[in-house]
Formats: sequence, C-alpha cells, structure tokens
Amino acid sequence: MASLPTGKDAVIEAHGLVKRFGETVALDGLSLAAPAGSILGVLGPNGAGKTTAVRVLTTLTIPDGGTARVAGHDVVRDPAAVQRAIGVTAQDATLDEVLTGRQNLTMIGRLGGLRRADAKARAKELLERFDLVDAGDRLLREYSGGMRRRLDLAAGLVTRPPVLFLDEPTTGLDPTSRVRMWGVIRELVADGATLLLTTQYLDEADELADRIVVVDHGRAIADGTAAELKAQTPGARLEVTLTQPNAGAPGALAPFVAGGVDLSHDGRRLRAPVTSGAGLATTVVRALDAAGIAVDDVQVHAPSLDDVFFALTGHASETLEAAA
Amino acid sequence: MRALRDVAVLTGRNLMHIRREPLQLSDVTVQPVLFTLLFVYVFGSGVVLPGGGTYVEFAVAGLLALNLTTSSMGTAVGLSTDLNGGVIDRFRTLPMWKPSVLVGRSLADLLTAVLCSTIVAVTGYAIGWRPENGFVSMLAGFGVFLLFTYALCWACACLGILSKGPESAQGIGLVILFPLAMVSNALVPTQHMPAVLQTITEWNPVSAVTAAARDLFGNPNPSATIDAWPMQHPVVASLLWSVAILAVFAPLATLLYRRRTTD
Repeated sequence: MASLPTGKDAVIEAHGLVKRFGETVALDGLSLAAPAGSILGVLGPNGAGKTTAVRVLTTLTIPDGGTARVAGHDVVRDPAAVQRAIGVTAQDATLDEVLTGRQNLTMIGRLGGLRRADAKARAKELLERFDLVDAGDRLLREYSGGMRRRLDLAAGLVTRPPVLFLDEPTTGLDPTSRVRMWGVIRELVADGATLLLTTQYLDEADELADRIVVVDHGRAIADGTAAELKAQTPGARLEVTLTQPNAGAPGALAPFVAGGVDLSHDGRRLRAPVTSGAGLATTVVRALDAAGIAVDDVQVHAPSLDDVFFALTGHASETLEAAA
Repeated sequence: MRALRDVAVLTGRNLMHIRREPLQLSDVTVQPVLFTLLFVYVFGSGVVLPGGGTYVEFAVAGLLALNLTTSSMGTAVGLSTDLNGGVIDRFRTLPMWKPSVLVGRSLADLLTAVLCSTIVAVTGYAIGWRPENGFVSMLAGFGVFLLFTYALCWACACLGILSKGPESAQGIGLVILFPLAMVSNALVPTQHMPAVLQTITEWNPVSAVTAAARDLFGNPNPSATIDAWPMQHPVVASLLWSVAILAVFAPLATLLYRRRTTD
C-alpha cells in the first residue's frame, strides 16, 4: 500500500477508524487522507463502509476507535469547528420535502451563518448554476430524482465550504446527468475545494479522483492514483473468438499467455491473462492460423480499474456484476 | 445571537410546513370551529350548570382546553416526521445551535396555538360567549392556556422523539391527550361524575387551567364549589402545573433528542 499524505498537507485524514453496529463491523481500521485542493475517491461496493466513513468525517457518527481530522479539527472533540468547514451531500436526500428548492437553500444558508440577504442571493446563484431556476419555487416533493441530486449538491455548497463530502453523488442518475455532475464536481476543485467522493463506479473514480482509496469490508485495501492502481494488476488480458470450437486452440495459445486459458461454454471464446500486449495479436493469429484454426476476433485488453478491483478484492465490482 | 437566529429560522420553517399541510392546518382552523359548534349545540342542550349560566359561556374555556390539548400532538407528529426523514442529518452537519430544532418546533406550535385559540374565541363570540372581567383579565385567561399548551408541547416532543414514526406518534398521542382533555371539567360539570372520576378531574391539570380561565374570563365556573385545592386556587395550580411540566419535559426532550441523534 502506498504511503498516505499526512501532517499539515492533509485536509481530510482518518487513522484506523473503527465503527461497529451490533454484530456488524462497518469500519475496520480505515485510514485515508486527502491533500488540500484534491479529489479523493473512495471506491468500494455496497456495504464496504463508504457511507459510514463519510458519516464519521462529517461528525454524524462517533467512531468506536481511531481518529479523524477535517480542516485541522478533530471530528469528535471539535465537531462545531469541523461543521463550519464542510459541505455535505449525502446519499439519501437530506432536504426539506415541504419547502421549495429556494427555501431549502436559503434556510441552509441562514443556519450555516449567512445573513438573510446573502443567503437569498446565494440561493439564487446556486439555482442558476444547477439549472434549477424554473423549479426553484416548486416544493421539493415535486422534484425528479436528478433535480433532487442537483439541489442536494447545491445545498452542500451554500456556505462555500473549503471541504466537501459527496456520498455517491451520481448513484441513480441517468448517463447524461451523470456526465453533467462530473463537470460540476471538477469545477468545485478548480475553485480550490478539497473533496472526498465515494462511488461504486470505477469509471467515475478514474475520471474524477486524484487519488483513489479502495475500500472493502471497512478497510482500505489499496491506495494510489488510478495509474498506480492499474500498474498493480498482473497485466493485460487476451480474448480470442474462434469461427468454430477447436480442442487444439488452448494448447496453441499456451506459449503466449501467463496462466490458464479459460474456455467459454460454446467453446468459441478463449480468455487468458498475458504479461505484455505488444505485438501479441499478430503472433496469436499467426500461431492459430498455422494450427489450422480460423479466428473471428482477437482483442488485447489493458487492465481497467475493474480488473484492479477484482484482483484486490477477489470479487467483481458492481459494474462488472451488472454487465455479466 | 446565533441561537436566536437559528430558532427563528426553524420556527419560520415549521410554520411554513403547517401552512402547506392541509391536515395539520385543519386541526387548528376547521376543527376548532366544528368542535365549538357541535359541543355548544349538541351537548349544550342537555347540560344544566350547577349555579346557573348558559352552556356557551361555560363551554368556550373548555373548548379552548380540548382544542389546545389535542393540538399539541402536532409537536410529536412534526418532530417525529423530521427525525425519520433526511433533513435532520442536514441540520446535524450545519454549524447551528442544535437544540434550536426543538425550540423552533415548540415556538411554531405555540404560534399555532395562538391561531387556534383565536378561532375558538371568535366562534364562541359569534354564538354568544362574552368575557365579563375586562380585556386584561381575558388576556390573562388566554395566557394561562398558552403557557400550559407550551409546556404540553415539550411533553409531546418527548413522545415524538421516542416514537417510531409520525403515525405511531399520532396514535399514542391521541390515546394520552384525549382522555387528558375529556376527563376534566372542560366540557361538563364534574359534580355528577362517579367518585373516582371526580377525584381524577379535580387533580387533572386541564381542569385547573380551564377553571382558571373561567375565573379570569368571568364565566360560570361550577368547579369553584369543589373543595380540592387546585379547584380553590385554579390560577396558582395551573401555573404550577405548567412550570412543573416544562421543568421535567424540556430537559428530558433535550436529552432524548441528543441521544436519538447520536450514532
């Protein structure tokens, strides 16, 4: 595991967080750190402990063990100071259903310490920024899922906090809204904020995060940039599709691969890990052709974060499972 | 300052809710009119007051007691709704004075109680009720009621925090508050009740508050002939009751709230 940035550098840092709910261990010694002005991606499947980690860091949950500091303040000893520095967008909507979008933002601004006029101006500005001007004066219970997530994100930004926590900000969004949300998140960091983002989508972490902490069963099992994590996986993966099933094919591939050859049910598709992908497709087609085996398709895949996740946890990520 | 502003913001928010929730609003607008007319014309026709006086003069203070006591359930329901929704987590991550959630709720419900009592009084006035002791004394009568209602809101806040959800808060609230309001001198003279009930009504805080208001309004108060201490000193008794309820339940609600919102 790569070393964590610590000391003055880290705006968000957790060391050995433990949290149990009865028999369930939600956090089992989780450590993480995010330097100022960066996006830390916390990646893991459902139930990995991501939400509990965010709740500890945002002063909602008191950990059973370990320590955490946000913006230099201990989350247990000085929650008020932490609350002054953070903005939160939780996974479940944490807004008032019976108020309008504008009233919600104004109320949060007032409770966050803004004066009435400032809170109103800020609400107006955020409604414009998140394309909610038309919906601004409608009650929240009439909002669509996408509008609600946007307002939830806006709610986290009202007081212009230097530290932001976004718990699965794009879960449940359609692909277009998702890409739009990514754009908004990038802008936030461009403004100088430090951001912690949880996600179960590997592409999202890959796309947004400067560093990624992979969490499984309440602990960090890997930490680094997307490139560093990808470099930790054994290598590329070869996939060959034959015209006809052929019993000699695995044997013919054996000299070029770095492990067992996996054969599909219909006997036409072969998969195997390989150490290097350079020039491999040509070599494989020639070898199979020499053995009299006709080939429909050859692909060499560079490792994706999905492969990383699989290699680290021994189980597929949500996206892989959904695709399978 | 910070605390005052947070309380004001949340009080405003809760009032907005009441305005937008037809059921909650009808509890403090339609129901008081309906109850006043029903009790005066249906029950009133069969009630003979010991010591004389018309039923409508007697009933307005009792109807204030009935409506205000039962409307304090709104505190339990509102708080329970908040605690079971996501918005409470938002409040908890904001740098605000945390008890303002409770104080803002109780103040909004107090203002609602002012509206409710105004409606009862206006309805009563329209059908013949008159306060006979002057304006200041009448205001004192309403003050006694509102202080009691405010105290009751804190007891109901405890119920709201302990309950599993708004429906169960309402269910339990009804079971407690209706008997509290009804087993009293509010709507009928107690002289002909069975002995056990008479003792309960004499010591029921709702009876003290109602008797105090009747005295202050200058309306017929048949309880004045009852020997029990609270019936002989209804104003002092109702103030003592209100302060005692507040002193027990306000700290308790704060404690329960802190416990419920710590995980």
